[in-house]
This record gives sequence, structure tokens and C-alpha cells, in this order.
Amino acid sequence: MKAGALKRQLSQRTAFGLLITATIIAIVPVLVIALEIIGNGAGSISWDFLTQVPSQAGKSGGILPAIIGTFYLMLGTIIFALPLGVMAGIYLTEYAKDNWFTRSVNLSIVNLAGVPSIVYGLFGLGVFVLLFHFGMSLLSASLTLACQALAMTVTTAREAILTVPREYREGSLAIGATRWQTIRHVVLPQALPGIITGAVLAMSRAAGETAPILVVGAAFLLPGLPQSPFDQFMALPYHLYTVAAHVPGMPKSTIWGVALVLLIVVLSFNVLATFIRLKARQRRLNA
Amino acid sequence: MLAKKTGIKWLALSATLLIMLATALVGCSGNQDNTVTGDELSGSFNIIGSNTVTPLTSVWAEEFMNLHPKVNIAVSGPGSGAGIAALINGTTDICQASRTIKQQEIDQANANGVEPYEIQVATDALSVIVNPANPVSELTITQLSAIYTNQITNWREVGGNDAPIVAIARDTNSGTHVFFKEHVVQMAGLPAEDKSLEYGSKVLLLPSTEQGVSEIARNPNAIFYPGLGYVTSTVKPLAIKKTADTPGVLPSVETALDGSYPVARPLLYYTNEVPTGIIKSFIDYCLSTEGQAKVIEIGYVPLR
Amino acid sequence: MFERVAPDATAVGVGKTLRRRWRLGEKFIESWIFLAGILTIVVLLGIIVLLLKEGLPIFLDTPLWEFFFGTKWYPVSEPPTFGIMPFFVATLWVTLVATAISVPVGVACAAYLAEVAPAKVRETVKPVIEVLAGIPSVVMGFIGLMLLSPLVQSVFHLNTGLSGLTAGIMLSLMSLPIVISVSEDALRAVPDDFRQAAYALGTTRWETIWHVSIPGALSGITAAIMLGVGRAIGETMTVLMVAGGALAVPVSPTEPMMPMTAAIASGIGNAVRGGLQYQALFAIGLILFVITLAVNLVADRVLEHQKRKFSR
Repeated sequence: MKAGALKRQLSQRTAFGLLITATIIAIVPVLVIALEIIGNGAGSISWDFLTQVPSQAGKSGGILPAIIGTFYLMLGTIIFALPLGVMAGIYLTEYAKDNWFTRSVNLSIVNLAGVPSIVYGLFGLGVFVLLFHFGMSLLSASLTLACQALAMTVTTAREAILTVPREYREGSLAIGATRWQTIRHVVLPQALPGIITGAVLAMSRAAGETAPILVVGAAFLLPGLPQSPFDQFMALPYHLYTVAAHVPGMPKSTIWGVALVLLIVVLSFNVLATFIRLKARQRRLNA
Repeated sequence: MLAKKTGIKWLALSATLLIMLATALVGCSGNQDNTVTGDELSGSFNIIGSNTVTPLTSVWAEEFMNLHPKVNIAVSGPGSGAGIAALINGTTDICQASRTIKQQEIDQANANGVEPYEIQVATDALSVIVNPANPVSELTITQLSAIYTNQITNWREVGGNDAPIVAIARDTNSGTHVFFKEHVVQMAGLPAEDKSLEYGSKVLLLPSTEQGVSEIARNPNAIFYPGLGYVTSTVKPLAIKKTADTPGVLPSVETALDGSYPVARPLLYYTNEVPTGIIKSFIDYCLSTEGQAKVIEIGYVPLR
Repeated sequence: MFERVAPDATAVGVGKTLRRRWRLGEKFIESWIFLAGILTIVVLLGIIVLLLKEGLPIFLDTPLWEFFFGTKWYPVSEPPTFGIMPFFVATLWVTLVATAISVPVGVACAAYLAEVAPAKVRETVKPVIEVLAGIPSVVMGFIGLMLLSPLVQSVFHLNTGLSGLTAGIMLSLMSLPIVISVSEDALRAVPDDFRQAAYALGTTRWETIWHVSIPGALSGITAAIMLGVGRAIGETMTVLMVAGGALAVPVSPTEPMMPMTAAIASGIGNAVRGGLQYQALFAIGLILFVITLAVNLVADRVLEHQKRKFSR
């Protein structure tokens, strides 16, 4: 090889080395975090931990109310955000004309996605807790998280609907179906996996959010389970924040245990979403 | 066939959601009216406020709920300021506080139709702690004030090692923050009292007491002031001297009760008007011999 | 022979009635869909209106100039003073640290994944990055508190590990997935013809990446950086737990500090509705909203431009 070519090969090798180093830097922290949480937290996980209510200010007993509270929050979020998000997605893809109105709707979706979670917390406090007098309750928190999830559900619904080939719609219209019938019987079923993926991701996000419920008011200690949407609630991320922070003499292993449970809940929903996405792609390729 | 498969999935998902929804709404047993019906107390209420009082309130709440299984109490501890704000906003039934309510707050409450009613439930000896490796064992209130206004910045100025002082405090949500500011930083009751003093800008304002205690346990140069209930063997409490010639007094149940500890403070509950119903029953429990016995267990100072 | 039958009862008549019912039902559903469509605008406007309504009144008490550039934040004193410069500078510092780490690492990693990595490696690395994206912020704050803060304290010989640096490092981990993902998309969007043309001229793979792919994807990469910045600015729990919470205007990232998001979170519990501190916190929320809005809007514009550039 000529000298110049050798030098270029060398700089390529160094450059590639740097790129690989960067990638390693990107993935090592995740592995460290996962190992630390599992290593330190696994000891706390027991059937009792997951099914008992906390006692002695959370130092003993379990975290059942926090787990249930988190599931209620996810449920509440999706009940509000999914139907509205899907309908908004349908509107944007099937009904909206290309005018200033549609552009502003699209713009507001982009904006909503970027609003910091603490600002959503302020919004929830001002509107749901105080203005609507829902108080510091499951309802207020779910509505707040639903507003945050809205941008995501609309975007994923819109994209899922857009992937349905034009021919399907045209075929349906050709046999005399109305626009709504086409949507209901042809477009939506095809778009369903994408929509559900978006819903699952939104639920995963709702499970992990702390700032909005910190402002809207999760409880530190709730020995029973919330009986109605107007009750206060516990939630895993808020519980992690408070036990890491607010209880004297809390055994460290308990705190890691809470972190582990939260991580498992959030990540299992992420995995579920990926699984749905992959299966849908497989089916589409096979069909 | 495609539609059928996704159709079943759709059905299953909606069924699951519906079941979860039903479970959530079932037992909307809204015994929200807090009545005492004969022997069976039932109802629910919440207690929001001080981080310092939370461990005590949690234990009381738990015991009370064991005695009266139909009662549901929710406890939160973001800070005394938060509790008082919640009382004024009408979002809490009991406010737990580690400082007294201010006149300004009473005015705001009255403007909102709320009449704050104060009940002392326990006492606290506010403890100043350092790392066990720190050779300093006692400080005067004047020295503490200077440390927390960033006037004194090195441990050797107060007889310790040549190392910078890391002054830690709670954030403005905390009643302890306010109490410490008035009684130590501003030196209330002493000849050097100065109401214009504020925390220095280098002081770390942390969102929780436990975080402060953790930092002390691992940082040899840090200083912090949690309630007595948070003092464990991982930290070292300092003896506080009211003035340079009075002896230093360590925080404890005894010194708080006999008044020799200069930084003792009442732990309070505030309600909207005189409490009635199950809230009254709960507070009666807290003030009873049984309830007060729990105070010592938690590490605070009972009323008697 | 043929009975007299009411018009509606014939096949044609029934069809007409059903179609009318369909159309009515359909109109009903369609109006709901339209309402849902405007919902996003309603929520966004709601946020803006609320922030303005609750936050603007503070400027009657403290003029805008003094609010923004003032350095004293004493909300519970008498009289209270509200100056947010310490928070603003703190946000700048943690964002700077986060960006300084996440941009080089993120873009390099994206380049590796898009241009160099064999498919198997790509398939393994991408899910790991997605896991990183999914870790909740409170868990990141907790990890920062337990693991990173003591490390930073000993490595940099600081008084305390709770600092802008620790917060910035954790934030960079949180921005990393979005920087990587958007940059990778941008790199993949560069048409292969460009690369082929370069190879035809005899360049090595690296030279192609450096001189062709990356410049071609530059607007997308810029958008990725901006989205990462937006993420860092808006993050609350992580900075609340590890940034330290000191009120001085920080002159170095190793100092403990309180970014705007943490200032709101730590103060809001305390604030009585309608009181001065409440207004001041909403005003900070307003400023935060405007900043993140601007950053995200620009990023979105840039991405649109990138899409149009290479669409065929």
C-alpha cells in the first residue's frame, strides 16, 4: 500500500475506534444501573413486600397500595387519553383539510409533547385540583397525566392510521361504504397494533412520572386502597422519592426494592409495546 | 381472518380494562361523612404537612386504623408550609406542622373561610448534627447563625479541622427551615437578634430530611438540623450553648421537657375550627397516654 | 294480486331509512371526532392561559427586570423577594453539561449504528438504548444520589457530590436516547447514491461518513441536539434530587445549584393559591414553557426541512 493510503486506513481505524467507544459509553450506564438495582433490590422482593400494606411509616410491611395506585393511574390515563387520542388521530388523517386550522392542530401536538412535566403538574393543580374542585385525588392525577399522554396517543394513532394503504380505503369506498364505515371496519382494525403500542407506551410513561403527581398530591402513606376516584392514592414513583428521602432509618434495601419494582413495571410495558409492534410487522409481511 | 384475530385482541383488552375499571369503582362506599356511629368509627380523612411530624403521624394513623378498621387515613409529608397551604386551600383535614402558623397565613385562611385551630401533639428537640468524625462537639447559637449565613465558612474557625463547612438546610416547604431561621439564624430572644438575616446563598436547601441525614453520614464536613426523631447512630448531635458562658446541652427527651435545650419546639396539628367526629377521636387518641407513649418510641418528646 | 304495501316496508324504502339512520349516527360520531381534533389545541391553550393568569400578576409586585435578573429568592420572608437568576443560570449549567456529554457520544454512537455496525450489533444495541429511554426520572435521580454523587465528590474533591455536574451527567443519560435515535434516522435518510458516488471516487468508509453522510444529515442532527437540550431543560425529578439546591448564582458546574424545574417543584407545596409565591412559581413555569416551546418548535422546523430535502 502507498503511504497515503496507509495513513487513511489508520485514521479510519482510529475513527471507528472512537465511534465504538462512544457506543460503549452509551450502553454501559444502562447495564450498571440495571445490575445495581437488581443486585441491591432483589433481596427486598418477596410475596409479602408486593401484597402487604406499608406499616411503621413504610419501614416494614409492603408496597401494595403503591403498586395498585400506579395501576389505577395507568388505567385512568389511558381511559381519558386513548379514545380522545385515537379520535383526534382519525380527524387529522381522514377528515382534516390542509388549512391553517389543521396546521395549528399539528403544531400544538408538537408543542404539547415538549412541555416539561412540572408544567403539566402546575396545569393539573390549577385546573383539576383547584378550579374543578376535584381535590388531590386519583381523578385529578389521571386527568393531568392524560393531558401529558395526549400528544403521544394522537401522534401514534395518526401514524398508525397513515400506514394503512390507500388501496384498502379505496376498495371499501368502492363497494359503497361511507367514510365512517370505512374507518371503523377497515382502517382502524389495520391500525390497531400501532394504536395499542402507543397506548401501552403512554401507560408506561404514566407509571413512571413523578413531577405531576408530586404537585397534584400523591399520599405518602395510605394504609388502604383508594375506594373511589376522588380518594387520595399512593404511587410507585412518588413512593420511591419519599422513601429515598423522607423517612428516618428506612432500610436502604427497601428503597432499592421499590426502585426495582417500579423499573419492572415500566420496562415490562415497554417490552410489551415492542412485542406488539414486532408481531404486527411480522403479520403485515406475511399477509 | 386478520380482522377476526385483531378483533379478539380488542375484545380481550377492553374486557381487561373494564374489569379493572369495575374493581376501581366498586365499593364506592363513600362513608365520606365522618360520623361516629356508636362503637363503629368509620370514614376517611387526610393529614398533610410537616416532614418532621410525618413519622409520628404515620404511626398514630396506623395504630388508630388498627383500632378502628373502618377508618381510612392518608398521610403526606411535603412540608409544614405545604400543609398550611393545603389547610387554607381546603385540600386537607388536618395539617401537621413543625412551626406555628403565621399571622399572614391566618389572615389568608380567614379570607378563604377557614378558621385554623391549633393543638400541640408533641415536642421536638431540633438537633444540629455533624458527621461522627468531626471533632467539634458544641456550638453557640451565634456561631450557628454565622455558619448558616455563610459568615463562618471553615471548621477551624469554630475549633475544628481546617476544612470548608458544608451547611445543609431544608427547603422553604419545611417548617423546620422557618423555625431554624427565626430561632437560630435570626437569633430570636437573644440580644444579638436580627430579623433581617437570611440563609446564606451557599447553603444547600434539600427537599427532604432523610437526604440531609444521609449526606451528614457520609460527608465529614457537613452540618444539618433534623428533628430529634431522625437522629441515628450514623450521625453525631452537637451540644448547643445558648450563649458563650452557658453550658452546652445535648438534645434529648429530658432536656427538651425541662427546658434546658435552647432549640426545642412544639409539634402541632391544625384543623379547620374545633375538630369533631372521627378527627376529634383521632386527635384524642394522639393525646392519650397510649398515643403519647408512641412519641418516645419514634424519638420525639411527649407533652408530659 | 300484489298487495298494497307501505313504501317504507319495501326493500328500497328500508334501505332509505337505514341509510338515513346511518348518516345521522355517522354525523354524531363525526362531530365527536372533530371535537377530539381540537382537543389538543384546547389543552395547549389551557396551559398557556393558566400560566398567564396565575403567573403574570407577580410582575405587578416585582417588575419583570427585577424578577428575571434578581439574585435573591426569599419567598417566605417579610417582605418576600423573588429573583430567579440563580435558577436560570443553574438550568444553563446543567443543560450545558448534559449537552456537552450527550452530543458527542450520541452523534458518534448514531454514526456507528447507522453506518458501520453490522446488523446483529445494531439489533442488540438499539433495545438497550430504548431501555435507557424508558427508565423513569425518579429512578435516575435515585441512582445519581446513591452511586454518582459520592463518586463525583471524591473524583473532583468537592465538598459535596450534590452539584450541577452530577445532575448534568444524569441528564445526559436521559437525553442520549433521543439524540441517538433522531441522529440515526437523519443519517439513514441521506440517500445511498451520495455514498456510492463518494466510494466511486475512492474514499474510505470513514471519509465518506465524515465528508458526506454527516454533512448531509446535519439538519437532522441539529434537530436531535435541540430535542436533547429540550429534554434536559425540562427534567425535574433528577435535578431535584441531585443538583444540591443552593440559592447562590452558580459560577461553576461543580457547585450545588437549583435549576428552574426544581425551584418550582420544591416551592409549590408551600404556596397558597393566589399568594405571591404561588404567582412567582407559575411565572417560572411560564418562562420554562416558553423556552422549551421555542427549542422544540425550532427542532420541529429543522426536521421538516430535513424531510423535504431528501424526499423523492
